[in-house]
Amino acid sequence: MTASKMLQGFKTAAFSSNTRQKLLAFASLLGLLIFFSMASPSFMQTDNMVGILQATAVNGVLAIACTFVIITSGIDLSVGTLMTFCAVMAGVVLTYWGLPFYLGVAAAIFFGAFSGFISGVLIAKLKIPPFIATLGMMLMLKGLSLVITHSKPIYFNDTPEFPLIAQESLIGYFLPELPIPNAVLILFVLAVVSSLILNKTVLGTYTFALGSNEEAVRLSGVNVDRWKIIVYTLSGAICGIAGLLIASRLNSAQPSLGQGYELDAIAAVVIGGTSLSGGAGTILGTIIGAFIMSVLTNGLRIMSVAQEWQTVVTGLIIIAAVYADILRKRK
Amino acid sequence: MTALVSINKLCKSFPGVRALHNARLEVVAGEVHALMGENGAGKSTLMKILAGVYQKDAGEISIDGHEVEIASPRAAQALGIGIIHQELNLMSHLSVAQNIFIGREPRGRLGLFIDTEKMARDTQAIFDRLNLNLEPHTLVCDLTVARQQMVEIAKALSMDSRVLIMDEPTAALNNSEIDDLFRIIGQLKRQGVAIVYISHKMDELKRISDRVTVMRDGQYIGTVPTATTSMDTIISMMVGRALLEDERPPEADGTQEIMLEVRGLNRGRTIKDVSFTLRKGEILGFAGLMGAGRTEVARAVFGADKRDSGEIWVRGRKVRVHCPADAVANGIGYLSEDRKHFGLATGMDVQTNVVLASLQRFLSFGFFLKPAAIQGAAAKLIAQLGIRTPSALQKVALLSGGNQQKIVIAKWLVRDCEILFFDEPTRGIDVGAKSEIYKLLNALAAQGRAIVMISSELPEVLRLSHRIVVMCEGRITGELAARDATQEKIMQLATRREASPASGPIGAAAVAAIA
Repeated sequence: MTASKMLQGFKTAAFSSNTRQKLLAFASLLGLLIFFSMASPSFMQTDNMVGILQATAVNGVLAIACTFVIITSGIDLSVGTLMTFCAVMAGVVLTYWGLPFYLGVAAAIFFGAFSGFISGVLIAKLKIPPFIATLGMMLMLKGLSLVITHSKPIYFNDTPEFPLIAQESLIGYFLPELPIPNAVLILFVLAVVSSLILNKTVLGTYTFALGSNEEAVRLSGVNVDRWKIIVYTLSGAICGIAGLLIASRLNSAQPSLGQGYELDAIAAVVIGGTSLSGGAGTILGTIIGAFIMSVLTNGLRIMSVAQEWQTVVTGLIIIAAVYADILRKRK
Repeated sequence: MTALVSINKLCKSFPGVRALHNARLEVVAGEVHALMGENGAGKSTLMKILAGVYQKDAGEISIDGHEVEIASPRAAQALGIGIIHQELNLMSHLSVAQNIFIGREPRGRLGLFIDTEKMARDTQAIFDRLNLNLEPHTLVCDLTVARQQMVEIAKALSMDSRVLIMDEPTAALNNSEIDDLFRIIGQLKRQGVAIVYISHKMDELKRISDRVTVMRDGQYIGTVPTATTSMDTIISMMVGRALLEDERPPEADGTQEIMLEVRGLNRGRTIKDVSFTLRKGEILGFAGLMGAGRTEVARAVFGADKRDSGEIWVRGRKVRVHCPADAVANGIGYLSEDRKHFGLATGMDVQTNVVLASLQRFLSFGFFLKPAAIQGAAAKLIAQLGIRTPSALQKVALLSGGNQQKIVIAKWLVRDCEILFFDEPTRGIDVGAKSEIYKLLNALAAQGRAIVMISSELPEVLRLSHRIVVMCEGRITGELAARDATQEKIMQLATRREASPASGPIGAAAVAAIA
């Protein structure tokens, strides 16, 4: 490739709409960081930063799960309660049955994938609209978690390894001045892997193609149903990882938790520039979106803004982010 | 007597296509004026300009001798021009009266609430005028298509229309419903309403029209009185152009292997007992009017739609085709007439679209894309088909229709399908790109691929096809060898409707007149 061609390629990439959206989101995140660090001296302290990272991990992982589904022009409302259900299943395997640690981890991911598979079958084979299918799954999973646990938390007291998943810092072990918790490490590794899947694999290509024009994909002789089911299964498995993270941080599976997380995740995806009508989106955007949300919550709390008003501001930000996207596309 | 509507020197272009060039039309009060021409002759464009849907580029339109500008559908309504589109535009969950008065609901005293009583009374008054037995409170979804059409007519009349445009109004009606419609058209005529009637069905025109205006290639050809003009004259006015002999393809080689055989294909009312064979290296043209069932046949063979019955044989072997994936696995590809909806992921780049149907071949470990191989394949086809794009990473939505069509073709070439269905391959493509597509089709056939080409443009069918199958109303009404085929013969077969008692002696006479 000649230098001029490379330059041309770089220009195309730099000015493509996706890149601009990411720049916009990134600039907003930077703006928020600068604003809060000026507003409150305690904001920029390491403890607080680590707190923000820690708080982003669970929502970030769920938002990655949602990104896949939303790019296919679907939606998944069950990610929050599925996360809890996976935590509960890990608790069943480890605490109720006393099986080894790795089986608990495997159980969380397996049940996540299995539930995603069921959502996928409902949507692809039974043609139930994704909103309805996953709304039903959301309620079923919430109910099942409560039934299995008799509405009581499961504690991981017999599994000393469990809290380490999210709370220990592998990075801090090597670099003591950077005590970034494992939950954040897992989020970043997952983000990189997901980004690779979306951009470098057949699954990613079909994910975008399904959202862009499902009928054209079907008429190209692609087994559309199968790929849709695979996307929902993958999304479910990622929710299993989120379940492990939250259970590890709380050192327990809290069966009543979970509802509401799906909306935070969808909000992060949308702020990150992924279109709800499908066909476009990036993992990097989603991660930035998730950080914008947690920086906002954290910063407003540090500025002693009441919890109630924090919620109002978050709502405003979501609407503003999407409107900015619409303005940009209109040009 | 001054004309009610007079259109002169009207021109209209769309990007890459000159739709109308000096079009003319003159309609007087109380006449049924038929507008005829092949698909793409510009009839619908002309009518959409008259109804304010499109804006003219040049020319003049006069109503009652006064020149007018028709800037919007609302302006057309104010001038007394109503149009009934081929696709009905009704809200199926609202009542008949609500549909007729949508946007102009009569208000009660405070102006807050809709005066439903008045709305029902006014609706009833229109129905009485038309001698229609319809109830204003009925929901539109509970009516037959024919009755929904009556509602559209009533809606147009409720706006005091003096000119009523009907675009293929009988396409979805059975014979007794057509009789009803014609009775109402007769009444409107007596009340002084002018009706512009677009239809492809020759027998109907003889029954109801007073004069016929023929268009071809966006131009005015002539206006003749229906009663004293033979069908042959009108058909020859429509098809016009003579084809040069040397443009004809060579005779089909009847000894080549049969690649595809379809036996006894049926699907509801749209496909009736269709059977045909397709040989290696052959282009089989499918001619017929819009709605004749050609696209439906292609989609059913490809597995995109379910079929009620019928067998598909590929290279002498019976195959199961239940979905497009099955068809592709058997080497059958389908290029839809509607590229944007069924052919391309327009939001994605050129190279992804090119490999979309054959992605399995561009993977390592069955999962990871091989970017170099994909770029190579895309670059090769971009060069081979002459696709004009700034790069293989360009979004398909930003390319012209001709280039988009080439990308769809590229997709199937990469997939290496032996049997290809081209459905209206040159629709919406400018003249230059058309001839490139023709060359490409010829080259593909010469390479030994078997091609079915569906086209509504007769010169295109004649120029490319080794053999021509003609369909009408879901049935195959005839097959012609390239050397015997003429536009007139195809037209006759394409309008050969199934004989039924209700079409009456006039219909039979019209068919006889054509033959």
